[in-house]
Amino acid sequence: MSQNNIIESLTGKTTNKHKSRIPAKLDFLQSATGLILALFIVFHLIFESSILLGKESMYALTMMFEGEFFIEGGSPIFISVLAMVIFTIFIAHAFLAMRKFPSSYKEYMRYRTHAKLMNHEDTNLWFIQISSGFMLFFLGSIHLYTMMTQPQNIGPFASSDRIYSDLMWPMYLMLLVSVILHAAVGIYRLIVKWGWFDGKDAKANRIRNKKIIKLAVIFYLAIGIFSLLTYMKIGYDHQDNYGERYHLPNKVEHAN
Amino acid sequence: MSREISITALKYNPSNPKSKPEFKTYTLEETPGMTLYIALTKIKSTIDHDLSSDFVCRAGICGACGMVVNGKPRLACKTLTTDFPEGKIDLLPLPTFPLIKDLSVDTGSWMKNMSVRVQSWIVANEVTDISKIEKVVEPSVAEDVFELDRCIECGLCVAGCSTAIMREDFVGAVGLNRVARFSIDPHDTRTDEDFYELIGDDDGIFGCMSLLACEDHCPKNLPLQSKIAYMRRKMVKV
Repeated sequence: MSQNNIIESLTGKTTNKHKSRIPAKLDFLQSATGLILALFIVFHLIFESSILLGKESMYALTMMFEGEFFIEGGSPIFISVLAMVIFTIFIAHAFLAMRKFPSSYKEYMRYRTHAKLMNHEDTNLWFIQISSGFMLFFLGSIHLYTMMTQPQNIGPFASSDRIYSDLMWPMYLMLLVSVILHAAVGIYRLIVKWGWFDGKDAKANRIRNKKIIKLAVIFYLAIGIFSLLTYMKIGYDHQDNYGERYHLPNKVEHAN
Repeated sequence: MSREISITALKYNPSNPKSKPEFKTYTLEETPGMTLYIALTKIKSTIDHDLSSDFVCRAGICGACGMVVNGKPRLACKTLTTDFPEGKIDLLPLPTFPLIKDLSVDTGSWMKNMSVRVQSWIVANEVTDISKIEKVVEPSVAEDVFELDRCIECGLCVAGCSTAIMREDFVGAVGLNRVARFSIDPHDTRTDEDFYELIGDDDGIFGCMSLLACEDHCPKNLPLQSKIAYMRRKMVKV
């Protein structure tokens, strides 16, 4: 056991008689990992909703992420590596954010009673954030692990089969709602937490930023739900050919 | 035409072993321009002499009459009864502060401890020579300092704060505002490293979750959102 740790745990000071810089680093890392994940989701949901433009569009994007532009036919390993990187950041973020959760009956009871009595919007938003964050521990892990271990099963038919025939749609519906709410509230709180876009009138800009984020939530929920319905429709139509992969017209699809 | 309003208040005396926490409802006639402070004074003088609540200035300056009004932390002297169209008002003592009795809490000891903890005073390394004209301070900087000095330590920011509700050692927006005030004051020679020693932990700036009930309930409209963010940016760079 490090003597530095023993001294700090007993005195609250490091050996050079200063407060530890670790809380600052943890606070920064919580925000940084959250920002990376939120930005990832912002683009991920746009990409996955390419199915709304047709199977060809979704297939073209899948091939792009499989690196078709520099490896002929692409390789799902790139998806796997990306999922692994995101999963690592996801776990780090969950670990850091958990520090803020109510950790006992007394804390939870005091917080919830206070929040319900006060009915303050940002305080209520935090409850949405911790609830959705808690759900994401499980839902996000299922999705990321699936993408990490079965990256070849992405495509207009493969994804639709997974969603419809493999009965993953309830999980994806809950994941969609949780991740959009969590990311939206998270981005809003990052903005106020670090004073981004405060400008000359921080109060007015906070109201404006909140409105923009609410509109973004509606937009992302709409494209997310319509995409999910589209995947389910394709999966329903394709259930008798479960496992068959999508082929571009007049082109042989890569081996899966 | 005046109307009847009903005010329900928590009644409890923790120092009396026989006292049991209960809610008591008082009905009274609303008068023009009636504030909660006036309503409480009327209740205490005509209905229940035993009801306790604090006040001093009656003008939103002293910060003594903070309480939870229909769930929200407010000053009784700045709250009109006409703000509640249904005429029903529920009063609770401010949470996070030791309860003295009914609606009366001890914010004073809390604020004193906070002031000592964040060293809420000018720290200067040089001896002031009063025979010389003091150093010039830019008017814009002086205005920034005076702006934060408007805090009346009413405790509403602490009572609205979810972190303070859960973690009793949290320094609160009032404490972070104090540190921000001295960090921008050119008379104070403390460095960011010095301020980090005061608030650089999860009971200080890194415990704040930016839920901003402090800013939204501050009766003096202090720029707590931007000043807490300002201190966080400084402290994370130390």
